[in-house]
Order: sequence, then C-alpha cells, then structure tokens
Amino acid sequence: MNKLILIAGGSTLVYLTLAVLMGVLPGIMLSATPPGPGVNPLTALQARGRAVYVASGCSYCHTQQVRPLDQDKAFGRPSAPGDFAYQTPELLGSERTGPDLTNVGQRQSSVVWQYIHLYNPRAVVPQSIMPSFAWMFQVVNSAPSGVEPVALPKAYAPTHGVVVPRPDAQALVAYLLALKQPSLPGYTDASTESTRGAGPQGAPTSAVPPGAPGYDPAKGKALFTATCAACHQATGEGLPGAFPALKGNAAVNDADPTMHIHVVLHGLQGVNVGGVVYPSPMPPFGTTLSDADVANIINYERSSWGNHGGAVTDERVAAQRAKGN
Amino acid sequence: MQTKVTAQQSAFTSAEDRTLASVFCAYTVTATFWLLFATAVGVLMAYKFGAPDFWSGEWLTFGRLRPIHTNDTFYGWASPALVALAYYVAARSSRTPLYSVKLAWIGLVLFNLAAVAGTIALDLGFNDGNLEYREWPWPIRLIFLAALLVTAWNLIGTVARRRTEEIYLSNWYTIGGVLWTCIIAVVAILPWYQYGLGQVAVSGFYMHNAVGMWFTPLALGVFYYALPKVLSRPIYSYSLGVFAFWTNLVFYPIIGAHHFLFSPLPWFLQTTAIVFSVAMLVPVWGGTANFLLTMRGRMHGMARSVPLMFIFVGVIGYLVGSTQGTFEAFRSLQEVWHFTNFTVGHSHLTMYGFVTFAIWGGVYALLPLATGKQPQLLGLTLHFWMALVGSFIYVISLSVGGTIQGLNWIHGAPFIQSVMDMQSYWVWRGVGGSLMFLSHVVFAWNVWCMTYGVGAKASLDASSSTEGASA
Repeated sequence: MNKLILIAGGSTLVYLTLAVLMGVLPGIMLSATPPGPGVNPLTALQARGRAVYVASGCSYCHTQQVRPLDQDKAFGRPSAPGDFAYQTPELLGSERTGPDLTNVGQRQSSVVWQYIHLYNPRAVVPQSIMPSFAWMFQVVNSAPSGVEPVALPKAYAPTHGVVVPRPDAQALVAYLLALKQPSLPGYTDASTESTRGAGPQGAPTSAVPPGAPGYDPAKGKALFTATCAACHQATGEGLPGAFPALKGNAAVNDADPTMHIHVVLHGLQGVNVGGVVYPSPMPPFGTTLSDADVANIINYERSSWGNHGGAVTDERVAAQRAKGN
Repeated sequence: MQTKVTAQQSAFTSAEDRTLASVFCAYTVTATFWLLFATAVGVLMAYKFGAPDFWSGEWLTFGRLRPIHTNDTFYGWASPALVALAYYVAARSSRTPLYSVKLAWIGLVLFNLAAVAGTIALDLGFNDGNLEYREWPWPIRLIFLAALLVTAWNLIGTVARRRTEEIYLSNWYTIGGVLWTCIIAVVAILPWYQYGLGQVAVSGFYMHNAVGMWFTPLALGVFYYALPKVLSRPIYSYSLGVFAFWTNLVFYPIIGAHHFLFSPLPWFLQTTAIVFSVAMLVPVWGGTANFLLTMRGRMHGMARSVPLMFIFVGVIGYLVGSTQGTFEAFRSLQEVWHFTNFTVGHSHLTMYGFVTFAIWGGVYALLPLATGKQPQLLGLTLHFWMALVGSFIYVISLSVGGTIQGLNWIHGAPFIQSVMDMQSYWVWRGVGGSLMFLSHVVFAWNVWCMTYGVGAKASLDASSSTEGASA
C-alpha cells in the first residue's frame, strides 16, 4: 500500500507542481498583459461576429498570429503581447490552410468582397478550398431598404431574387473588418525599404524589358496575385458590377500614369469605370507596399491582358507618393 | 482456452472472470463505434479538400466537423479503449478482481455520455473557443472529468487489493496517467486565469499534456504488459521502465509552449520548451530500447503473431513520432513546418501510428484471453495491412506536401500557391485515410468476433502462452 501511495501520490504531486509552474502561473502572469497602444475592445456587433467565427471553427484553418519571420510579413507586423489583451478566447490557431487574418480588415477592407467571398469563396478566388457559408445569407425578391444585396457574379447568383446577408454574416464581416493591427511605436517594416516577393534582389538588367528599368515581370505577377487578384481577378477582368476590369481599363492604358499610380497608392471609391459606377471602395496600398512593389504591380497591369500603357519607374512612384493624396 | 486461463488464475472465480471480460468487451465495443464514427468524419473532411462545395451546409461544414473528428478520436475512441486495457491489466497483473464493477459501468456511461453530448454541441456550434482538444463546452468536460475520477478510483482500488508483492510497471503508467489527466482537465476548465495571452500559455500547456500525459502513459502501460505476455518473457529491464516513467513525468509537462514558437509568448518560455523537447529523447529512446530489447531474437515470431505485429508498429510509431516531435520543436525547422499540413501528418503518426496501433495490439493480445474467442486470421491480416499502408500514405503525403507549403511561404509565393500545390497531396491523404477507415471496419468485425459474436476456435499465435508471465 505504501508503495502505491508513493507512485500514485508522489508522481501526482510532481505533476501538480509542474502544472502550476508551466500552465497556471504563466497563465496568471500573462493574463495581466496590458493592451498595447491603439488596441481596443470590440463593439457588440464585432463581438457577435467573433462568436460566429468561433462557432464556425474558422480558426482551424486561419491563424491570428504574425511571427517575426520574413514569410509572415505579407500578413502584417509581428504580433505583440499587447495585441491580445481583449482576445478571450484566444484565436491564435495552429494551421494556415488559409491565410492569417490578424490584419485582414486592413488588407481586404471591401465589404462587397467579404460578402461575396463568404457566400462562395470560389466566386472571387477560383482556386480557394474554403467552405461556402451560404447559410448565413438568404435569397429574397428584393433587398430591404438599407441592405445592399451581395454583388454575386452571374454564375454564382440565384436564378431569381437577390442574396442578402443574415445578421450572422453581417456580424462576421464587421468582425473581419475590425481585424486591423494598430501601428506599433518604434517598429519599422523593413519590407518598405527592400521589396518583398519572389525573385532575387538586383536582377541583372539584361532581363529588364526596354523602357521599364527595374521591372521584373515574375515579381510583378506574384505581387499582383497576392495583392490585387482577389478583386480584379487573375484574368484582369474583375467582377462585373463589383470590381472593375483592368483589362482595357482607360486609366491603365493612359499614357500618363498619374491616375493609375494615384489609385494604387491612395485607393478609390464610387467612380464611373466604363459606364458602371462601383460603390465598393478600393483600399489604399501606399502604406503597405514599397515604391518598387507599386511600380512592379503597375507595370504588370500595364503590360498584361493586351494592355499597352507605358512603363513607370520606382522614381515616378516615389515622386507621386511625395506629393501626397 | 477459457478453461486454461482460469486454471492458471486460481485466485479468480469464473464469475469474476466473466465480469472482467464483460467490462473489457463493452468498453472496447463502444470505443470501436467512436473510432468508426470519428474516422468516417475524417474521410468526409479529407474529401472536402478536393470538393469544398460537397455537403457544405451549416452542420457539415469543415469548421464544425474538425473538432468532432479530433475530440471523438481522443475521448470517444482512444480514452475508453485504453481504460478497458488498463482495467484488464490492473486486475490480471495484480491477480485480483476489479475493485468495483459498478464504478467501471458508471465510467463507461460517463465517457459515452460526454462523447455524445460533445459531438452534438460542437455540431450545433457550441464550441468552447476553438481551443484545441478542449472544445467541448465545460459542463461536458466536467462529465469527462467525472469519468476520469471514477476510473482513477477504480484502478487504485484494484491495485491496492493486489495479491502480488510488486505493483507491476504498467499500473504505474496507467494510474499515473489517469491522475495527471484529472489535473490537466481541471487546469483547462478553470476560467479565472485565462485571458488573452495568458490563455495562449495555458493552451500550449494543455494541448500537449492532454496528449502526452494521457494517451502516452496509458499506451506505454499496454506495451509493458502485452509485450511480455505475447512473447512469454519478462520485460528486458524493469528499472529502465521505471527510469522512463520518472523522466517522462518531469520533462513532458515543460514542453507545451513549443506549439507557440515565434508567438508573443515570452521567449524564455519557448526556449525552455525546446530544451525539454530534446530531453524527451531520454524517456522515448529509453522506452523504445526496452521494448525492442524485449523483442530481440524473436522478430521472426511476428510472422505468426498479429498482435505482436501491431505492437511492433506501435513501438516504432512511438519512436519515430516522438523523435520527429523533438525535431519539429527546433526553431530552424519550425520556421518551415509550423502551420503547415506537416503537423497534421505528425499528429496522425503519433495518435495513429503509436497510440492506436498500441491499442489494437493490446486488444488483439488480451481480449481473446478474456473472452476465449479469437478473430479470423484473414480479418487480422486485412486490418493490419490496410491500416499500415493507409497510415504510411497519409503521413508521407502530408509530410512532403507540408514541407512544400512551408517552402512556398518562405520563398514569398502568393498564398494561394500553397493551396494549389497541396491539391495532389490532399488526394493521396484521402486515399490513405480511406484505407485507414476500411481497416477500422474490419477491426469492428474482429472485435465482434472476439466479444459477442462467434469467434474462431483455433489459437492463432503466441497469445496462448502462460498467463501472468509479466506479473
């Protein structure tokens, strides 16, 4: 009997000590981490959206933690302890079958896009394997006042009636758009100086097409795919009624690139493109992309899908950035 | 066979024998149901990676099914199956009847009640924060905790009434495992110290300990009893087993934070976790050496003993899976593999290649001793090879695919590239998973033969050896 007490009791005592040291104490101490500057609690609607996020198991495929590693720079600055002050339950996640969502409200701020994507991700990202969350929407004959119908492409829209979001979808999108990293004092993103993306730095000039010093087509395509294709699509054709086409776009083919650069740097909303008014705002990319990245994207757009706008240089982008909005 | 067993265990009445067998049978049968259910869900999820719009309603969406798959595998299948083996081993190695059959039945009801309620809750979206392996709403986890307490009490009571001098090593592992897991469950449920980053620290501790201080010790307990039993020779070194017990106990609880490398958790906590992940090689290699040395010179016996084949795979799964875990904890490799499907391959290598094969080895070695019924050799062979080949395909495809995923990210490819590049590996994962599921159908048939059905009369292997060789 004494031996049983030694084995069962002794080992349990050892384990209890270690559980307190490695689980409970770190839990108590880190629970007191104060919120970082600009980190605020969610609104009631956003908090409801977070509950929908949990109930739907979003964090089994999407992390919410940005590591201090180069490959994570696409998702924002590295997460800081103060970022998690109001995040209970924690949703850091362990799998990245889909992209990290820490800063998705910044990266993809278009409500129109978020609704289409939730209703059926393949409507905007053909290769996506994310589930459709169509049950958070309903088909009605006409949208009630104050509710925008989801701007679905024809192939994904119901044969009659329009699709409108239910309260769960509205809350979820409100939460996703609230996922924005506040800037961290003292942190500078190295990627704004040295461009990120594919390809070696300082590629040999012989590979550069004439008239576009520094343009790397492979890098331009990679940056476009990562940054722009979700709305404007890999085909450059956009989504009719939701996101304008870049193929044959007047600003993209204009010999004067001022408008094109301005839109990429500062975003755009409510403009008539080819006879259609697009209410969905395009986010500004000036804060997240370097001059070289912006030039690469613009040159890719100006030389793809039959477009023939002239090439721009990094310096041209820098000059326009300096002028401000 | 039944008569032979009871003749050797003169301390048992035949009524006590039958009661122990009926507990063993009932636990194994319900566990097998959950294995079939959880792996059917797994196959459905694997299919969704290629056809995301297939059965895409609210109650069949990936985010609802995923925790159902993991929790039912953990708490519906592996937990009661290991408890069944622990009861049988405790009673036999202590040469005494179960302390309380009533407690065993109560435990079985509680385990299954928790699994049913947990499955329904998760499917309806009542998910406790997506916190891995503690997603069941807390009242349901209290039911599971009650099942653990009942089991601990019953195991301790049984061993306390032993008719042997020593407490056999298996019981160290099983009693320890159940008691420690009670602590883990309480740590996980108490809410008042888990906010924000603090909860991240608790999650790291919990998710690793729920696996490594529960399934690992109970599965090792199976090895320490079933291996000597099947081989009719004592374990190579009893002291090495004791050494592995204490080192596992001290090192394992410290390594949880390695699930959050590069996270905002304090760097020293992460580094400590890495150091002790390396230290884990001591109990893992020590334990494995002990098992393999016990088998030395008898490998050819595997051709005639299917239980031995399962146990051998389980031991190798323990060695490879745990060693892989140590390497994954290095920052340099974690940079590539973290967040990728490589980790899904790793968790299947350990929970399947180690724990589940250990359970099967134990069930095939011991259940026929309890009931006197053998499964068909064809069923045993089909089960073994489909499960082995299936899990090989599964783990290799996700390991290779996961590495490509990680390298894609490092090379700055657009994110969607990592999704596209995984497609063919997900197809292979589905193929492996389907084979694994089919093998479970065969296992269910084998369990039926060993329990309530008509089993084969002929003895198939060395499991007819003398009872109590290990005690």
